[in-house]
Amino acid sequence: MAGMESKPLTLNFGPQHPAAHGVLRLVMELDGEIIERADPHIGLLHRGTEKLIEYKTYLQAVPYFDRLDYVAPMNQEHAFALAVEKLLGIEVPPRAQYIRVLYSEIGRILNHILNITTFAIDVGAMTPLLWGFEEREKMMEFYERASGARLHAAYFRPGGVHQDLPAGLLDDIGRFCDTFPQHIEDFEGLLTNNRIFRQRTVDIGTVSRREAMDWGFSGAMLRGSGVPWDLRKSQPYECYEDLEFDIPVGKKGDCFDRYLVRVEEMRQSISLIRQCIEKMPTGPVAVENNKVTPPKRSQMKQSMEALIHHFKLYTEGYHVPPGETYTVIEAPKGEFGVFLVSDGGNRPYKCKIRAPGFAHLAAMDHMCRGHMLADSVAILGSMDIVFGEVDR
Amino acid sequence: MTGSQHTEPMIEALRDLGEYISLALADASAGAHVQGGELVLRVSRESIVKVLTYLRDDQNCQFKQLMDVTAVDYPEREERFDLVYNLLSLTQNHRIRVKVSCDEAAPVASAASVFSSAIWYEREVWDMYGVMFTGHPDLRRILTDYGFDGHPLRKDFPLTGYVEVRYDEDLKRVVHEPVKLTQEFRQFDFVSPWEGMLHMPESEKPEEGKAEDGEGAT
Repeated sequence: MAGMESKPLTLNFGPQHPAAHGVLRLVMELDGEIIERADPHIGLLHRGTEKLIEYKTYLQAVPYFDRLDYVAPMNQEHAFALAVEKLLGIEVPPRAQYIRVLYSEIGRILNHILNITTFAIDVGAMTPLLWGFEEREKMMEFYERASGARLHAAYFRPGGVHQDLPAGLLDDIGRFCDTFPQHIEDFEGLLTNNRIFRQRTVDIGTVSRREAMDWGFSGAMLRGSGVPWDLRKSQPYECYEDLEFDIPVGKKGDCFDRYLVRVEEMRQSISLIRQCIEKMPTGPVAVENNKVTPPKRSQMKQSMEALIHHFKLYTEGYHVPPGETYTVIEAPKGEFGVFLVSDGGNRPYKCKIRAPGFAHLAAMDHMCRGHMLADSVAILGSMDIVFGEVDR
Repeated sequence: MTGSQHTEPMIEALRDLGEYISLALADASAGAHVQGGELVLRVSRESIVKVLTYLRDDQNCQFKQLMDVTAVDYPEREERFDLVYNLLSLTQNHRIRVKVSCDEAAPVASAASVFSSAIWYEREVWDMYGVMFTGHPDLRRILTDYGFDGHPLRKDFPLTGYVEVRYDEDLKRVVHEPVKLTQEFRQFDFVSPWEGMLHMPESEKPEEGKAEDGEGAT
């Protein structure tokens, strides 16, 4: 076909596409089936969370964090709670720390099940999703029993957790930990040595160590590229120092390695949950300072002061001393950070949310170039994108 | 347990690193200080790319990752924005926060040539605050709607925004209209001298005998 000009084909992927993991609009320029450029358009789920938080008290800001990465809600609250506690200069009691870690790890499994199974469905395997969501539902029941809500928990609050665990819950979580590892084996049985799954993921979307750092990757995306970095180990918060766990690391940094890292992280999380149950201390679940956490309802019936505290906490809220902090946690998707600026008032002056998915999606163009069209779906699936946190 | 992040040796190490960086970048920075266990470095606007390159490449710093770029708006200041770069060093296990002040008129040099992750972060800062970046490969809006006007995270941008959208059944398309609030936007001010003695003015202290006047009551 000499003399014919060839123009790249522009393909619009999403925002209404099941493999777009929400509302991603991806504008791709294709040469045949080869991606020459991928331009993600985000913001279709932008709700102005950061602006809204500036108009709310610190306590009222907590539920917004559930709605960021709605796949593992409590992990997000954790970062905000830690940031506020840092500015307030308070340390939560041991039982609250263990409950938080317990639920953070449940959140990690919730997230990884969703990611692995939807990733599998993106590349053609349907069964893991059907099996996985049953297990997710069981874990969301644990959320519900602790906080009253399956998803939007608002359970980790500055100062501790909202209420103590009901009787028998820890035993049930323990029983779940006995049965769940078999499901991980089942997922692996379906996927890890599956010929189709391997063909779709091995050597696809390879990211080198240097590139992963350059693009600000974190979490499984960074570890998949062979960087042994986990905030729970290197900058431990809460009681992670007292617990034993390993950090799985990939070798090549392709989609398959990221999948393997997540599978192993689920096993580590199960072990962490078991340790938390075993070591769960007794005592209060929130700081006993009524300037930050509300008094007990029984106290309010007796004491005028407790009643005033309760009223003021839920109207004015507490004042946070002036200062700023960038507090991070290891969320299931990577480094979730809250940059909080306080001017001494009862509302945050500024609250920037650093979502791991945002940095990962920014590298979409870089990772897709030169790959086939169908690989973009595998790359996107292995990035673990949730638009609640990317768009905020 | 939580305190482990701010143990004395950690803070001491950060202080040393801060001094080291301040010395090396004496002409560019206004000095580093440790605030609440976090290292903060304030630099001049012209030198931001130089500083970031130094922090990335220096053997003792190795801040290879730019984790976040954002801005803070202080409308009452002469240069109203503070750009905030959060860097992370995996090998040294340190974080540093680099701050630059700027305003809506004067552009800042883009960090995209130093860190690829800056491309989207700076797009977001441009979208949300209207800070211009020179040398940026692709400075488009990122989070707001196509054709959006204004910079929503500025303190003078109203929470409700200026336009609202709805689907018009007659025109068979989405239309943009000025915001109509069914009731006036309410902002409750609960702030009171709840802290008791902390906020009580001198004249109202009980020992001066003025509490009987009835002013002390909230």
